[in-house]
Amino acid sequence: MEPFEDAALDAVGALADPARRALYRYVAAAGSSVGRDEAAGATGLTRALAAFHLDKLVEAGLLAAGYKRLSGRVGPGAGRPAKVYHRVAGEHAVHLPPRDYPRAAELLARVVEDAGLDRELQAVARRVGESSTVDSVPLALAARGYEPDYDGGAVRLRNCPFHALARTYPPLVCGMNLALIEGLLAAAPDGPQWTARMDPHGGGCCVSLKLKTIDNTGTLSP
Amino acid sequence: MNLAQLNVGRLHEPLHSPRIADFVAGLEEINRLAEEAPGFVWRLVDENGANNTGLHPTGDPLEIVNLSVWQSLEALRSYVYHTAHLDYLRRRRDWFVKLRHEHMVLWWLPVGQIPTVPDALARLRWLRQHGPTAAAFTFHDPYPEPDTLAACP
Repeated sequence: MEPFEDAALDAVGALADPARRALYRYVAAAGSSVGRDEAAGATGLTRALAAFHLDKLVEAGLLAAGYKRLSGRVGPGAGRPAKVYHRVAGEHAVHLPPRDYPRAAELLARVVEDAGLDRELQAVARRVGESSTVDSVPLALAARGYEPDYDGGAVRLRNCPFHALARTYPPLVCGMNLALIEGLLAAAPDGPQWTARMDPHGGGCCVSLKLKTIDNTGTLSP
Repeated sequence: MNLAQLNVGRLHEPLHSPRIADFVAGLEEINRLAEEAPGFVWRLVDENGANNTGLHPTGDPLEIVNLSVWQSLEALRSYVYHTAHLDYLRRRRDWFVKLRHEHMVLWWLPVGQIPTVPDALARLRWLRQHGPTAAAFTFHDPYPEPDTLAACP
């Protein structure tokens, strides 16, 4: 067995190079597969250097690679499929000295679940959100790792900061999460413009947000 | 094989009380979501044909049940946790008492077969007595779709 957290240290160590870190962030934020040309263009690297670093990130277990035709053409003459990259679902955490908060969280969540304390947890989460110092809703969500993705007046949160716990205890943890976000809205100067609701979809956070002044058709209401 | 699911919930107060009003108001939408969900096969309804809140098979007037059949565990899980049903579940403690024992049981049954309420309740009792087994299991400890079926002895 490897010493504690060696695998995570290897993965995180691969991000020490600034160019590699920029590539990782770009691919992670893209939300879909990214080709070498696109990644190079976005980070200002040469295509060869971008390709080298992208493959290093795959070796480190931070990205996964696949092949995809990017030209949109099919059949003969469509060209070879291009190598594309996306972020892997696995998690890496490093705590020095070693800490194991996920295990503590799992034990605590199990007890809260078994005791049926959903409403008590939601009340605490809401209060914690309300007492946060928040400059704006988008900044607060980004700072907390939600990876907000804007689509007109709607915001999808591409990352669930509580992923492992939310998978095991969905009503408990997703209810806590919604209450926390509602609390953040109450604390933010631009909070009154937004509504948050439970809106589960494939992957990401189960909460979505909407600008109150924009209706379903995306047009501004008077 | 299909997957059967029984859920027993004990209300804080009778269905007609104000505290339970939001639960009752949401039932039609939640049931429609289930019936339209991919992999839905069947659900128990009472003589009204719309829902099953009039049935109290455990004998406790505050206990209501939910009995349904799905094509797979993933189909059921998707409906329960990846639709607007999750928002309903988030409020479960507003309406339902936390039971000390397991409140939900899953089991496999042949395609075309509809579970009976007595068998479903027997599965729940079995789960409560013996923990998760192939005959009666949970989301947390699922058993894969078998080649042959397990019954509660």
